[in-house]
Parts: sequence; structure tokens; C-alpha cells
Amino acid sequence: MTFSVLEGLRKFNIPCKIPVKSIYEYYAKWIREGKLPVNSDWNKDLKLKFTVQDPCQIIRKSYGDPIAEDLRFVVKSLVGEENFIEMWPNRSNNFCCGGGGGFLQSGYTEARYAYGKIKFDQIVATGADYCVAACHNCHAQIHDIAHHFEGKYMTVHLWTLIGLSLGILGPNEREYLGDELKGLNMPEE
Amino acid sequence: MAEEALELGIIQCDFKKKAMEAIPGGGNLDMCFACGTCVSGCPATGLADMDPRKFLRMILLGLDEEATKSPWVWMCTGCQRCIYACPMEIDIPRLVYLARASWPREERPKGIRGSCDMALRNDSGSAMGASPEDFQFVVEDVLEEVKDTQKGWDNLEAPIDKKGAEFFINQNSREPVTEPDELIPLWKILNIVGADWTYGSKGWAAENYCMFLADDKSWEHVTRTSIMQAQELGCKVYLNTE
Repeated sequence: MTFSVLEGLRKFNIPCKIPVKSIYEYYAKWIREGKLPVNSDWNKDLKLKFTVQDPCQIIRKSYGDPIAEDLRFVVKSLVGEENFIEMWPNRSNNFCCGGGGGFLQSGYTEARYAYGKIKFDQIVATGADYCVAACHNCHAQIHDIAHHFEGKYMTVHLWTLIGLSLGILGPNEREYLGDELKGLNMPEE
Repeated sequence: MAEEALELGIIQCDFKKKAMEAIPGGGNLDMCFACGTCVSGCPATGLADMDPRKFLRMILLGLDEEATKSPWVWMCTGCQRCIYACPMEIDIPRLVYLARASWPREERPKGIRGSCDMALRNDSGSAMGASPEDFQFVVEDVLEEVKDTQKGWDNLEAPIDKKGAEFFINQNSREPVTEPDELIPLWKILNIVGADWTYGSKGWAAENYCMFLADDKSWEHVTRTSIMQAQELGCKVYLNTE
């Protein structure tokens, strides 16, 4: 968890000579450098809509808006700019999903749902078919509130979409994709 | 006839004093305008009959026990939207952290405490208690299966403790423990870009529930173990996957 590392290094004066980074930055860099040849062709006809969760601990609490831009660049490269819809508010001003701070394990489940209703409504307002959640607490909470409030959106990891776009996603690596994507862009057997 | 006036005594504000010493820069706790910007922007507002402003004002009034013992301190996620919005940058999240830390450890939420305790069982730092041996077994098993069943991945790697690798990569325990197939897409991506990377046998787990528990010593231990492993292996970048 990015924030626990960065804040832990600061708070406890842990000697660290190497930079602590987020993989979002590298996904973006690798796409820009042509090392990760992703595209959104798979979504040209499907036109599935995507929104993205800005994880507080990576965006607001760690690297700020520049990494939010990297995240958007990656997602737009994967799904097509025309299929990307922002939640509002977003980036450093985004709402927490309610999965952070240990809330998922705290035992206060009803309070966690009440908290998460804001996020649920925010996602539903975009009309997106998928919410990209590239933070495990966010992923678990956003997935769970969809189920709890009977939402129709799916919750997906970033690596799943990258794999889908590259045509390298095996049949067992599609747990978080909907039926329309279960067999799309399958690698050769 | 008027009721007798309440005897308030001398307001001590012990918690506030302690907090201002502990929070970097003092947290600007005395600068609250009571404007309520934090309240309207906080998803935890109203839970357990509390909100960020009320919490702060109670602390400023010396209602230490009433504020710090509220279950609300476990419903605030520490997301920092309040401090982001606050015109005076009052550090409510760190105040909440200190309130959590004021609870006897055994009275803090069992689920969070259990996840932290799991991370202290071995050098993995895993909130699910997976040992370095468990992790290695799963990684090797999944890698073998990909090579056997999927075409074109003969060169796929998932190294552990590879000396001098550029990237030290961490991984949430959820993948190796409950959904190992979810490990594979990341490995494939790293293979395609030609990244020189490694996991660590120590500190491979990405999560840190000890921070959520407000257990300083354990949080430090988990973070230190992982960061030290990355540096001992001679890695150039500590790369978070979440």
C-alpha cells in the first residue's frame, strides 16, 4: 500500500535510498515508449463505457494530480477516449470509496455501506459499464457496494484491461470481466 | 428558579496538547473557523452521530474521552479529503489516527487487529498470514501451470529475491492466497515490457493493516522489513502495485 510505505518512511525515519513509485506511472511510461503496445480496437464496436476510481492513498495522499493524469492516459489508451467518463468530483478531490483505513475489516459493515453510498451514486451517475479500481481496498469496496446496492457496473483491475487489450488474457484471468468480454481477444490455444 | 450552573472545572485539553506535539507542524488544530467545509465534503459525516468538525471541536473543548472513544474514529478512512478542502489545512486525519492509538490494543476492532497480527507472524508482512514458503510455492505453481497450458510463455518469469533487479515489486496477499490466477496478467505485462523485476521473500505483501490499527511499532516493522529487503537485493525502484 503506497501511502503506508511513503508515510512509514517519513514517520519512522527509515533509511531508504531508492525511490518509491506507483506502477501507474510505469504503465503510462511503457505505453508512451511503445513497450506496451495497447490499443482500444477491441472496444470500437462494443463501446463499453468505463470510469476510473482515483484511490485516495495513491492520488490525494501520495503523488497528487500528475499520477491521476497517468492513470487516465492508461485507461483511455485501453478503452478509447470516447468511452471514458469521469466521476465527479475526481482526481485529488475524489471521494474515498469507504474501503480504506481498515473499514473493510473493522466490523462496522452497515456504516461502511452508508459511507460507500456516495461512491456508488457517483459511479452510477456516469452510466459506466465498468469501474476501474487499481487499489485493492477500492476494488473490494467498489465491488461489494455494487452487489449491496444492486448496481449493474463491474469492477475491474487495470492489469486485466491491459491483458485484454494485448490479447494475452487467459480464460482463467477474466474473473472480473462481464460475459461480453469473457471470450474476446483470446490468445491462441 | 434557575438551575444551578454546571461546574465545568478547568478545561485540560490533554489530548489536544498531546496531538499538537505529535502531529508534524502541530496540525493547525487551533485554527478552525468552524466553517464546516470538512463536514460537507466527508462521506463519514453523520455516521455514529459524528463528523470531522464535531470531532475536532470536541477535542478543542477538552471532551477527550467522548471524542476519542467514539466508534467514528474507525469509520473515518483517513482519506484526507477534509484537510484537502480545509482553508486552514487542519490535520484531522492524523488526529483520528492518534485517537485510534489511544484505544487499548485489545479493544481496537478485531478484524483490523487480526490482520495486523497475521502480518507479524513471519517476514512476508501478509495480512492473511501467508509465509514466504507459501508465497514461493504458489508463485512457482502458477508459473509452471501458465507455461504448461498457455502458448508462447516459455520465457515468463516471476523471480523471488533476484539480486540487482531494477524493480522490487509488492503484491497484495489476496492474489496468492485467494485468487492466484490474478497474478498472471501482471507477470505477462512485465515480461512484454522487458522489465527486470523481483518479489522479495521478505516483505512481498503490499498491504499494511498495522497502519490502520494505529500500531506504530508494527507498522514500522512491516514497512521496514519490505524496504530493507528491496535495498539489500540492490533493487533500484520500490514499485507499488496498489
